[in-house]
Amino acid sequence: MTTSNTSAVDYNFDVVRQFTVMTVIWGIFGTLVGVLIAAQLIWPALNFDTPWLTYSRLRPLHTNVVIFAFGTSALFATSYYVVQRTCQTRLFGGKLAAFTFWGWQAVIVAAVISLPLGYTSSKEYAELEWPIDILIAVVWISYAVVFFGTLVKRKTSHIYVANWFFGAFILVIMVLHIGNSMAIPISAMKSYSIYSGAIDAMMQWWYGHNAVGFLLTAGFLGMMYYFVPKQAERPVYSYRLSIVHFWALISLYIWAGPHHLHYTALPDWVQTVGMTMSIVLFLPSWGGMINGIMTLSGAWHKLRTDPILRFLIVSLSFYGMSTFEGPMMAIKSVNALSHYTDWTIGHVHSGALGWVAMISIGAMYHLIPILFNQGRMYSIRLINVHFWIHTSGVILYIVAMWISGVMQGLMWRAVNTDGTLTYSFVESLTASYPFYFIRFIGGVLVVSGFILMGYNMFKTIYAKDGSLQPVEET
Amino acid sequence: MSSFWNIWIWVLTLGSLVGCFLLLRWCLNDHTGVKEGESMGHSFDGIEELNNPLPKWWSTFFLCTIVWAFGYLSLYGLGSWGGLLGWKSSNQGILNLAESKAKTAASLAEGSQLLVQYDREVAQADAKYGPIFTAYAARSIEDLATDEEALKIGQRLFIQNCSQCHGSDAHGTTGFPNLADKDWLYGGSPQTIKETIMNGRKASGMMAWQGVLGGEQGVKEVAAYVISLSGRSVDPELAKAGQGKFALCAGCHGPEGKGSIALGLPMGAPNLTDNIWLYGGSKRVIEESIRNGRAGVMPPWKDILGEEKVHLISAYVYSLSQD
Repeated sequence: MTTSNTSAVDYNFDVVRQFTVMTVIWGIFGTLVGVLIAAQLIWPALNFDTPWLTYSRLRPLHTNVVIFAFGTSALFATSYYVVQRTCQTRLFGGKLAAFTFWGWQAVIVAAVISLPLGYTSSKEYAELEWPIDILIAVVWISYAVVFFGTLVKRKTSHIYVANWFFGAFILVIMVLHIGNSMAIPISAMKSYSIYSGAIDAMMQWWYGHNAVGFLLTAGFLGMMYYFVPKQAERPVYSYRLSIVHFWALISLYIWAGPHHLHYTALPDWVQTVGMTMSIVLFLPSWGGMINGIMTLSGAWHKLRTDPILRFLIVSLSFYGMSTFEGPMMAIKSVNALSHYTDWTIGHVHSGALGWVAMISIGAMYHLIPILFNQGRMYSIRLINVHFWIHTSGVILYIVAMWISGVMQGLMWRAVNTDGTLTYSFVESLTASYPFYFIRFIGGVLVVSGFILMGYNMFKTIYAKDGSLQPVEET
Repeated sequence: MSSFWNIWIWVLTLGSLVGCFLLLRWCLNDHTGVKEGESMGHSFDGIEELNNPLPKWWSTFFLCTIVWAFGYLSLYGLGSWGGLLGWKSSNQGILNLAESKAKTAASLAEGSQLLVQYDREVAQADAKYGPIFTAYAARSIEDLATDEEALKIGQRLFIQNCSQCHGSDAHGTTGFPNLADKDWLYGGSPQTIKETIMNGRKASGMMAWQGVLGGEQGVKEVAAYVISLSGRSVDPELAKAGQGKFALCAGCHGPEGKGSIALGLPMGAPNLTDNIWLYGGSKRVIEESIRNGRAGVMPPWKDILGEEKVHLISAYVYSLSQD
């Protein structure tokens, strides 16, 4: 790791440091809100009869904070770091890069204030009202300028695969955000979407699914392609595999949105295409997992001693699991059971807590010592504890949601001999309570892990420069 | 769909799939000029990439999904082409229940195989369960109200269709009447209950009285009088003034405030003397009802559930007030 400090290039690590620290802080905050709303589902009194603490307002706050504050800060930090290091050049647009940090934090603070106050465009994962949407667009375009500007002035002949994924994620999210957020403002904090009916629903899920596909998948694959080989100190397994799976992934993902609208007013053929592309997407998704995990061949023993590598590799296992589960759930007849149940919530969290959070946590543990002139994190043992707490939390969470989801789906379709439904809705809710409790416990574990990470990070930052020496491998 | 958009859809969809296939084929062969398993020769911040071939199981599986995609699209259609199976999830493009029923009836009449999944499932359910409901429909509501099996079915139908407003125990909530308290807006005879469910009810309208009553003072006076009808204590001055104005209300609620049923009238005006309140009985809420009026709606269920099921729900609702 010390090699990173000997480079002749004067990298811009200020903005990387800022985003890195905020990633951890937003990670704690976002999961904390998640645990609160998980608790509200069991103990509704926890909204304290306060409008701004109700589930309906905090749920979008939770999703916005974990996706756009935690996840996206992690992507900003790592993409700025990786693009500089793999292009051997300083980040383009010094002040503009600083603006992307302050601008993005302003967006998040605006979300943290406006969502609990009840301002919402009511579009899932795009609830923020139009003035904030405009700020997002401005920051995002600046992000693209900084990132692609750096690529243009690179000192290397090729563009490294991680940057393909980062580049695709930045461009597509820009198009999706601007397309989906088109609205006519009627007052300072209220606007109406320019789309209506089934078209609005399709736009919403074109955006929504590709927020998953490009932000939460392509972006984090970019992260994976740098930090896995770096931490394992092994070459990437297959260059050719990265070419096929990159192009196939980005060209197929963009079609998959309609699988969120099976058996709705969306025309049948659109649903059919959505399902078809989702299933063809399965193998390209797995291409990334194979390339990441196979990169470890010859270095498997490192998993025994290196908890950071453990985070990275287990994240790839969760990635493989949820990108298998996703295409399965996109099949119309499976979807008829799974849709609107907790199975969906379980699926999302196996992706979010398993894949996105674990790859980010691993990357952050790799980055923090480098950025703050240390040889290692303050405590490797705490990283290991974090790994086990987090993994147990995620497993409790997703298993609970799988069981309650399948149970709900089966209860909703059970019929008596006279053809009437066997269960009322509220009976399926009552049956879900034990699983809501297990999910809550899982969430508490995840938050505890994040708090440990925060502690470990600040101890590393405030340690005397260079006082933390890397542990020699035994 | 215009033919332009149809072509657009076909070109993009098939183009994406064919593109994936060509990409896969191209990468199956080695064009790198580097020996297999060797480094590509570029290093990025110390990271090298190997020229390993695509895993065989992976590329085979990927190829299979592409082939499957063409098969699936040919069976289920693309753009304005309905596919070889002609399957539809529902009648595409219909705008309301009447159009849907007309289309289903038409395809049943011409004896086609009911390629519309929703219609087919409804037809199958009707064929399987229809006789059960037909048998019950032949019996009177009073008779069914003592038949435990019939009541169970009625209750389940109630819970699925009615509980959202009237509650799982049929005890109602603000704005939605309690069906178990023997206090009826339109009448509690079996036939009236069935009539209510079949065709729905739209309150003739408690109009907004603030203007007619000469402003807020009038509202307060009438409210005081109305509250006094249930024997609750009020400011006697206000109530007295209100009593004079209550003549305006008597057209629907009756001169004694006992509601439209007591008058044999059909507008569903509640009895104001029994301390049962549809929208709440506090002074504030009663004033609000008088000030701005109320307009309750019970939707008609005959087109949604059909008469036979309504018959059973009627028996269940009727049974709630029989003891």
